[in-house]
Amino acid sequence: MELLERFARGDVEAFETLFRQYQGYVFAWIVRMVRDRAAAEDLTVEAFWRIWRSRARFDPDREFGAWARRVASNVAVDYLKTDRREVALERDWPARAEAGPEVGQAIREAFGRLPARLRAVATLALIEERPYGEIAEALGISMAAVKTRAFRAARLLRTRLEKMGVRP
Amino acid sequence: MSGDELRRALPPVGDVELQRDLWPAMLRRREERRVRPTWLDWALAGVAMVWLAVFPEAIGVLLYQL
Repeated sequence: MELLERFARGDVEAFETLFRQYQGYVFAWIVRMVRDRAAAEDLTVEAFWRIWRSRARFDPDREFGAWARRVASNVAVDYLKTDRREVALERDWPARAEAGPEVGQAIREAFGRLPARLRAVATLALIEERPYGEIAEALGISMAAVKTRAFRAARLLRTRLEKMGVRP
Repeated sequence: MSGDELRRALPPVGDVELQRDLWPAMLRRREERRVRPTWLDWALAGVAMVWLAVFPEAIGVLLYQL
């Protein structure tokens, strides 16, 4: 029996094989969205826990990686809903000096306060520069919705920065 | 706000490699989430036992309902 079929039927060994095969991929996707290595590790485990629980709904003819990324995106968005901190952890990804310390700080603060769904799209589309199609598939929305959210995020960010007296 | 300005303040993370195997953490998560009876489950079971001891004729009704 194929690996994916065995997984869908609840075979733990098949799940372990898939976990080891895809944990790095899922982690890399989540860390892009939440920008925090430690949180991304926990969220990767949470994503695979959800994947295991919903194994019966998985269609073995589908691509596992795409499905895992979709689940991972939901987990990351749920995390972003509760996490309103500044997004860049300086120790991991320091801001470039030319941003200016005050402007950069203001942008990070304003970005961290964006609604989770806008923040997720803005992170993937504007910062990570992932293709719209990939983002749409991962978040389960249309490409038009990705473009709209990216635009709304940028506009909201600009408005908030202006209120903070910052003109980027 | 342009993407360039945003990326200067928030540099892309890019491809980040996982530095440890998370399978042991996954196993711990499965163990933690395994369904365990709560104190309420035990209390209800106790009440049911007492009830059946006081009204043994209810056993038939209970079995019929199951």
